[in-house]
This record gives sequence, structure tokens and C-alpha cells, in this order.
Amino acid sequence: MRLEPREHAPLWLAVTAPLAAIAVSLLLTSGLVLWAGESVTAAYALLFKGAFGSRFALTETFARATPLILTGLAAAVAFRAKFWNIGAEGQLYCGALATTWLGTGVLTLHPALLIPALFAAGALAGGLALLIPVLLKVRLKVDEVVTTLLLNFVILLLVNYLVEGPWKDPMSLGWPQAAPVIDEGVLPRLVERSRLHLGLVVAVASSIAVWLMFRFTVWGYEIRAVGQNPRAAAFAGIGIGATVLRVALISGGLAGMAGVTEVAGLKGYLTLDLSPGFGYAGIAVAMLAALHPLGVVASAVFLAGIYVGADSMSRGVNIPNYIADVIVACSVLSVLVSLMLVQFRVRWR
Amino acid sequence: MSDLLDVFLTAGFWAATIRIACPLIFATLGELICERAGVLNLGIEGIMTLGAMAGWMWVYQGGDLYTGVLFAAFCGALFGLLHAGFTVHLGLSQHVTGIGITMLASALSYYSFRMLLPESTTPPKITPFQPLDLGALSDLPFVGEALFRQTAMSWLAFACVPVVMLVLYRTPLGLAVRMAGENPVAVEAQGIDVFMVRTGAVVVGSALMAVGGAYLTMSAFDAFYFGMINGRGWICVALVIFASWRPGKALLGALLFAALDAFQVRAQQQAGAFIPYQVFLMLPYLLSIAAMVVMARKARYPKALLTPFRRGDRV
Repeated sequence: MRLEPREHAPLWLAVTAPLAAIAVSLLLTSGLVLWAGESVTAAYALLFKGAFGSRFALTETFARATPLILTGLAAAVAFRAKFWNIGAEGQLYCGALATTWLGTGVLTLHPALLIPALFAAGALAGGLALLIPVLLKVRLKVDEVVTTLLLNFVILLLVNYLVEGPWKDPMSLGWPQAAPVIDEGVLPRLVERSRLHLGLVVAVASSIAVWLMFRFTVWGYEIRAVGQNPRAAAFAGIGIGATVLRVALISGGLAGMAGVTEVAGLKGYLTLDLSPGFGYAGIAVAMLAALHPLGVVASAVFLAGIYVGADSMSRGVNIPNYIADVIVACSVLSVLVSLMLVQFRVRWR
Repeated sequence: MSDLLDVFLTAGFWAATIRIACPLIFATLGELICERAGVLNLGIEGIMTLGAMAGWMWVYQGGDLYTGVLFAAFCGALFGLLHAGFTVHLGLSQHVTGIGITMLASALSYYSFRMLLPESTTPPKITPFQPLDLGALSDLPFVGEALFRQTAMSWLAFACVPVVMLVLYRTPLGLAVRMAGENPVAVEAQGIDVFMVRTGAVVVGSALMAVGGAYLTMSAFDAFYFGMINGRGWICVALVIFASWRPGKALLGALLFAALDAFQVRAQQQAGAFIPYQVFLMLPYLLSIAAMVVMARKARYPKALLTPFRRGDRV
């Protein structure tokens, strides 16, 4: 077997590749449904209905997609530059910490000022969380994969300390959670009687902004150049260190904003189970979108649907909701293969 | 302060150090073998989870302990094969594949655990490996309790180090593995199949990682918990860098790390009143980062690490 680079990849192939990957992962995962002794078609129908089948399901799915769009963008921006930021989970919590710090009474402003301030603070906190790994990488050549991964655990312990200690809400009846965000800081609902909030608009706007940056700005060009061929980029006079630093701040900032949407939008206060792995799922979102900023929105909605649908399905039939994680993991792996097949042609000889 | 130093004089501290070190030794050696062949294996965290679940479940379903370890190793090897298929044969991104393997292996472990056992408030338990009685050695005062009351799996962990050293540095096979990580074209010129060497290294390495995970549920504890690996896999990736890809130093690093971790738990009991316990729990992760920073200057990565080999490519 040989892989031969295609001279030019047709557009239809690039578009159908992720869809084929999704189909393959659903097919592979159906083995687990059979193991649970349920009918595959019925189970997937339940999953789909639970994700997109009603007004409630739709708002839940889009609410779940909101942080996924942001962490997906965080991964997409970083991976485009081949900067392996696997720390979106920690950066998300840093954004959540900043929101809690400023949003629970320290700042009392009009909502039109307070909400942007919270997003700015969350983005700054997320970016700063990535500052140590990126400086270690640029200055001392310390591998960023391990440092970002390990910092996730450190940051989560810091959150643990704060919500069990100094920031614990005395009104929370003993639960480890921080004080709620004041009314001026809560993101307004987009749909009545649902959990869908303004964060979705911010997330979609961010993805458009990131797309514009990649498409039309020098920064975007530099980021892509550094990712594709750092030596050529350096030769062309692009500062590698400065570009990587910029990528890290943007990526961390986007992940930090996901923390803002969860605290100020969905929950209203900071808890330890704020994120069921949104940071890691963001990697799946970015891969499924082939690192395209606009594609991230679609893939985030799809993966959010899988999570929401699996939760609802596991209440109906006897299938553990961990099946959602299996589908997501399978789609990461199968999309890798399908994207390769877009670039290469397989010659059997 | 003197209370803290007394910790080193308790046999329990040294026994705990060994207990914490063993899973790290297995998994660090596993990662080291993969990376020496030129393949970064970030599937480590998930493969350890899978090993912990599979080995434990084997015993819980009535299998015996030793075949349980083998079963865990087999499951790890399967995922190693998957990782190798993607990164070695298809030349896909080692970072993303590894993360994907971690996601898949842990998701499958949790799914299977839930399928095989209904939810219960008290986690079900197995009878884990018991300490081997070495007669007079185990009865020695202090030293016996500290060092010579280990389970068979602990001895296996320590035995793996010289075996890996011997194979890597003293056999043609080991030479091929190291060359595959440094200069795969040279391996090819020798008439050795780079793909086979790398695949073999990743499969064996992943089996070791799974055994490291199984140690936790079958020797250190007696139950499987969700999220019990808790970053140990990532710590092993850091330990490999700390050890500059040498098995002997990997053993040293694992022991040093475990000693600090065991000390941290004991210091927590004494200083817990003044310092929040979370600070102590952060120490292992911060130490791993610090160790990488210290060693990064001297780090000599295997030259072909992260570079897929394609036959016929110009170098």
C-alpha cells in the first residue's frame, strides 16, 4: 500500500470526509448498542430525538454547544500553528474564576458594560493560564503538551480550594460552590423558559472573527505559515516566538470565554463540575471541523447533540451515557483517517 | 519540622514510596520504549485506565490474578496496535491520535464497567495481590517492613527495568528500536522493516502501560474508580523527558517522584491545619513540570520522534 499526495483535492471530498467519519463512528459504536441488547435503529432514533427532536432538546443542544464552540476554536487556532494546547479545560476554569471574582459584586456596572467586562476578564485569565507553558516552550523548549495537560490538574485543584474555602458561598447549604453572579452580569436568555443564553451569540461571533483573522489578516497568515513550515516562515521573516505567543493568548482566551459562558450564562455560579470535559471535547470539535473556524460551529452543535441525546437516551433505554464519549472518540480517530484520504490517494500495489 | 523529618524513619513511608512508584515504572518504561522507536504515545492515560479496568474486571468475573495481568496487557497491546496503525502505517499526527486513543480507551473502559456492573453505592472489591513472604528477609526489623513485603507485581515492575535496559542496549532488536527513533532510513538500509520495529515497540510499550494501570486496581487498591488514573499517564510522559529516555534514570525518576508524593501525603497530615490540602495535591503536577524545565536544556529527544516514516521519501 502506498500513499500518494493528490495534486488537488476536490471540494466535495473535503466536505463529505467529516460526514463519512461520523457515519463510520456511529457504525462502530452500534456494536456497543447491540452489546446492551437494544435495537440500533431505535437507540439512535432516541438519541437523535433527544438531541434535536423538540424545542426543549434543541435549546439544550445549543446551550451545550456554546462552550464547545469556544473550546473547539481554542484547539483549532492552536493546532493550526502546531501548538499543542491540550489545556483548554484548565483555561476554561481560569475564565470561570475571573468571572466569579469580578461578577459576584466587586464590579457593579450596567449589564451592557458588565457582560463585556466579564468576557474580557475571562479571556485574559484564559490567555494568562497559557502564558507559563508558552513561555517555557519558546524560551526553554519545554514540551507544551505535558505542561498544558498537567496544569489542568493544578488549576482544578485551585478551583477546588477556592470553592471549598475562601470563595464558598455561605448560602449554599454546604455545597462547594461560589457565590452567584449578580443579576447585571447574568447573560440574558435567548429563548424564554430555556437554558439557551447570549453566550451562543458570542461563541458564533468569535468563530466568525477567528475565520476573518485567518482569511484576511497578516496574523492569520503568519499563524498558518508557522504551522505548515516553521523554517520557511522564519526564513520569510516571521517571528516564530511572537507568533506562537500570540496563538497561545488567542487560544487560551477563547477557552477562558467558555468559562464565562458557563458561569454567567448556564449555571450562574462556579462549581467543581462546571465542565464535564469541555476542554478535551474541544479537541474533537476542532478535528471534526478540520480546524476550520466556521466548521467548528457545525461540529460543536453535532457533538453537543450526541452528548445531550445520549443523556436522554440513557434515561429511556439501558445504555450507559458513556456511549457519547465513545462516539466522540471514534469520530476523532476516523476523521483523522478521512482527512488524510482527502490529501492522499491510496495506491494498492 | 523535626516531625516532618521523622517521616523518613517510618517503614510505612518507604513501603508507600514503592507502592506509588510501581505503576509509574511500568508506564514510564512503556512510554520510553514507544518514544525510543520514534512514536509519542499520548494514549498512555487512556490505556492505563483500560488496563486498570480490564485486569480488575477479569478477576472480579472469576479469573485469577496472573491471567488478569496478562489480559490487561493484551488489551493495552490492542490499543497500541491501533495507535501504531494510525501513526506508523498511515503517518497521522501522533499528538491527535494519542489524545483520540486516550479518549476512546477511557470511554470504552467506563462504558464496559457500567455495562458489566450496575450502579452501586459501595464499589465492588476483589482480593488483590498479597505481599510475598520472603521468610527471613520480610521479618527483618524496619527494612523488612519497608522493602521486602512487596507483591509479585511490584517485583515484576522492578524486574522490568533491567530487562528493558538489556534489550534496548545489548540486543540487535534494541539497536533496531533505538535506530528507528533516531534514523529510520538507516534501519531501512539495514534491510530491517521500520514499520514492524515501530509497531512492535508501540504494542509492547502500550502493554506495559496497561499493566501499570492494572497495578493500581490489582495490587495497590482492590477496586476500580472512575477517574482513578488522574493524570498519572501524563506524569509518566514528563518522567520520560526527565529521564532523558534512559530506563535506569526512569526508575530513579519514578522512585524520586513517588517518595515526594508519599512525603506530601504525610506532610498533609501534619501541616494540613496551616496549608490547604489542595496545595499538597498540586505538588506532584508542579514537580513534574519543574522536573521537565530543569531537564529540558539537556534533553536529547530521539531525532525522529514525531516524524512519520514514509518509504522512498527523500531525507
